[in-house]
Amino acid sequence: MTEIAVDFPKNFKKALGDGQLRRNLRAAMDTLGLRRRTLFSDPELFEQLRARGDAIRQRALRQLPELLERLEQKCTENGIQVHWAETPADANAVFLEIIQRHHATRVIKGKSMVSEEVHLNHFLHERGIEALETDLGEYIIQLEHETPSHIIVPAIHKNRDQIAKLFHEKIPNTPYTEVVEELNAIARQVLREKFFAGEIGVSGVNFAVAETGTLCLVENEGNGRMCTTAPPVHIAIMGIEKVVERLEDVPPLLRLLTGSATGQLITTYFNMISSPRKPGEKDGPKEVHLILLDNGRSKIWADPELRHTLKCIRCGTCLNHCPVYTRLGGHAYGYVYPGPIGSILTPQIEGLKNAGAMATASTFCGACEEVCPVKIPITDILRRLRTESYDKDETPNSVKEHGYKSNATENMTWKGWAFSNATPWINAVSAKLLGLVGPQLPKLPAVGIVKQWSQSRALPSFATKSLHVLAKEKGIADE
Amino acid sequence: MPTRPEKVYFFGTCLIDLCYPQAGMAGIELLQRQGIQVVYPQSQSCCGQPAYNSGFPDEARKVARQQLKAFAKDYPIIIPSGSCGGMLKHHYPKLFADQPEAAEARRFADRVFEWSEFLVKALDLKLEDRGPPTKVTWHSSCSALREMKVIEYAKSLLRQLQNVELIELQRERECCGFGGSFSVKQADISSAMVADKVADIEQTGAAAVLSGDYGCLMHIGGALKHRNSPIPAKHVAEFLLERTQ
Amino acid sequence: MSDARANILARLRAAARPVVGDTEPDAPPVPELSQADKIAQLKQRMETMHAEVIVTDRRQWLATLKEVLRKRQLNGLLYGPQTAVGAALAADWDSDLPPLVGYEQSVEDCKERLFSIDAGITSTQGGLADVGALILWPTADEPRLMSLAPPLHIAVLEADKIHESLASAMRRERWAEGMPTNALLISGPSKTADIELVLTFGVHGPKELVVLVLDG
Repeated sequence: MTEIAVDFPKNFKKALGDGQLRRNLRAAMDTLGLRRRTLFSDPELFEQLRARGDAIRQRALRQLPELLERLEQKCTENGIQVHWAETPADANAVFLEIIQRHHATRVIKGKSMVSEEVHLNHFLHERGIEALETDLGEYIIQLEHETPSHIIVPAIHKNRDQIAKLFHEKIPNTPYTEVVEELNAIARQVLREKFFAGEIGVSGVNFAVAETGTLCLVENEGNGRMCTTAPPVHIAIMGIEKVVERLEDVPPLLRLLTGSATGQLITTYFNMISSPRKPGEKDGPKEVHLILLDNGRSKIWADPELRHTLKCIRCGTCLNHCPVYTRLGGHAYGYVYPGPIGSILTPQIEGLKNAGAMATASTFCGACEEVCPVKIPITDILRRLRTESYDKDETPNSVKEHGYKSNATENMTWKGWAFSNATPWINAVSAKLLGLVGPQLPKLPAVGIVKQWSQSRALPSFATKSLHVLAKEKGIADE
Repeated sequence: MPTRPEKVYFFGTCLIDLCYPQAGMAGIELLQRQGIQVVYPQSQSCCGQPAYNSGFPDEARKVARQQLKAFAKDYPIIIPSGSCGGMLKHHYPKLFADQPEAAEARRFADRVFEWSEFLVKALDLKLEDRGPPTKVTWHSSCSALREMKVIEYAKSLLRQLQNVELIELQRERECCGFGGSFSVKQADISSAMVADKVADIEQTGAAAVLSGDYGCLMHIGGALKHRNSPIPAKHVAEFLLERTQ
Repeated sequence: MSDARANILARLRAAARPVVGDTEPDAPPVPELSQADKIAQLKQRMETMHAEVIVTDRRQWLATLKEVLRKRQLNGLLYGPQTAVGAALAADWDSDLPPLVGYEQSVEDCKERLFSIDAGITSTQGGLADVGALILWPTADEPRLMSLAPPLHIAVLEADKIHESLASAMRRERWAEGMPTNALLISGPSKTADIELVLTFGVHGPKELVVLVLDG
């Protein structure tokens, strides 16, 4: 995937300066966090449930190649046509081939992050095929020519006034209204005609069950059911990691997903698709296709630590609880997957050179890990990505563009730091020296990290006597 | 956790050592007042976390090895920081997992206790407040909250003080934006986070903000000072000592 | 492209697998409930999600349905003539009620009608008490769009088919031995919270869901 290198500092500054965005996000993330806490109000039960979810996801990943083959076999038996794609280009070529074979021009889409990952809409648009987003949030951002700013609530960065204006300007004969119910009704009316006329339906997949060849979709609006039921052809796309072994693995994951995402016991619809229309059946697509996308996942999978990244069920709760995401929103990250999960996944897919900086946008506060429904060790993986950014010893499992940041200055600084801190007498001398300059420090020229720190914080000063010295003076034993 | 051990090690942490030694001395004094012999190895330095979190685990390991040496005897290691404590207790075993010191690091980790937790659980510390009435607020460092899970101990000590009213922050569980190198590498985001934290502190009307971690305190205190706020940011050990002298 | 499969599987096969034990923690248990409790829980949960749940004596259900319909102005009721529910309707229908419209052709031949009729009635495969949801396994006689295209969906649920949870329904009914073309859980009318997280009902699916629970 070729994307223009993301200018993180500029994006971050812009996002932080957007007061409206900050207010919209804060309110929304607080609400989502509260709803989640209300649903998982018993910490012990939650721990038990997520331990189960973690085990299910680990077991699925452990057998990934076998489960993918079993899924393919079961789907094929059921009449679902399975396609494999190593890259976004592969996946898009599959879409195009199917769409062209049916001479179709009207594609309707349910919400799918993987279709965002392969930039399907853009790809089809360039070839004269319009893919219409039908999830309300996705529809809103498509009207605005934006990308999702959140995995679950894609238009959360916008408030009702902004959406009112957008509908009024972009949808013909639409009066301006800020009433959410009315905005909703406008979208319903526009999209209902599209469902009626859609020739190809596209969806993502929340879980794919190898045991039965079943594609599971979670949604509230009904647009996902429309896209997978009304048109004569349904194309589903999923990352290869989305497979689970058994049908009975689904209920705990479903609870974790809806509870973590929006604090719901269950969504309005849970849609399980196991075959195209059978003889005698009156509706449902006559063709169902499943695209299995790799796009770097098999490489992530090869490393036992990084593999945990693939446990993700895309609930988005790490975004909702992240103090950094809450202040930036999704667009500032510059890639499809923002927030904590995006910061570990994206550098592994896109490489460290373009996306490695995402791993520095974390304080390691651990709020994401605390709520992750499948216990992904997010901070450990972030730390690993930081290490890989500097480390020079490349292994087959190293992340793409390993060591891109390695430079003599930082290497020497840390070597010097380590030498001083591992050599007691040098440490003592440097403490004494720092004590001597201590009070002078605020007068240092404001450059580099001093400047960065001083933009909002007064500098600390070094004590004239360190704790080492004080302890010695007070006669504290040194053993 | 051992009940009332005769002797304990005190791990001062590099930040307290160099910038805030009075907090370290307060921590030591409160332990001594309980009749505990405190040992302060002069060969100690930093836990290694700055390098560890910045992407330099080899350098972190080199410094960590020095701490394994400095705290080699079988005494409990008491540390007035959730963050450095988390490094010693939860990350040393990972840092040395494939090293000759693996077993040593695990045993070392087992001996590490955060200061307030030790005072409450091992010593059952009882405090008598001798200070005038005041209001304080509490900042939970993320590592004390999520990694060491010791917030309730420090708060329970504060609640023993009769003349001290503890007013909780609205967003106590939210990070202050320090994050070590994050505070300078992502200074804009960090500044936005600490601005929210400071506003939260100010709305409590407290006379001081307390915490068990000087990383956060340096950050929050620096931000308060930057905007000329009179509210000091103080380590809970210093505060407890002041109130009970 | 034909190599994609081989390449992906080869990469996965080349990697080392961790050796792990096969003990896994169980999910929290779902307590067993009496039928009355299951009905009450399903009703309470589904009503929270803006479904209308009416528990009715099974001998009275048709009368209850007619009441529901008479309260509304409907241009027709989509139904499956070949189902037990459908047969019961056809056997005892009144002229003041919305006309019954059978879903008897393929969608291609009746799409316009499906997207313009006001209401549809379906039977259900069962219900889930713990989350408050219906289980539907649409069939040739009761196709998928019946519970989706009309703005009002009426569902008939036999009280003794309410399970404690999805896990217990799957286990007891042995779903893994053969899944239908489409299996659905439905917990209420369609909804969205995509604008400022304001919950609004009736987006692309039905705006109203009425559940008749047949008890006794």
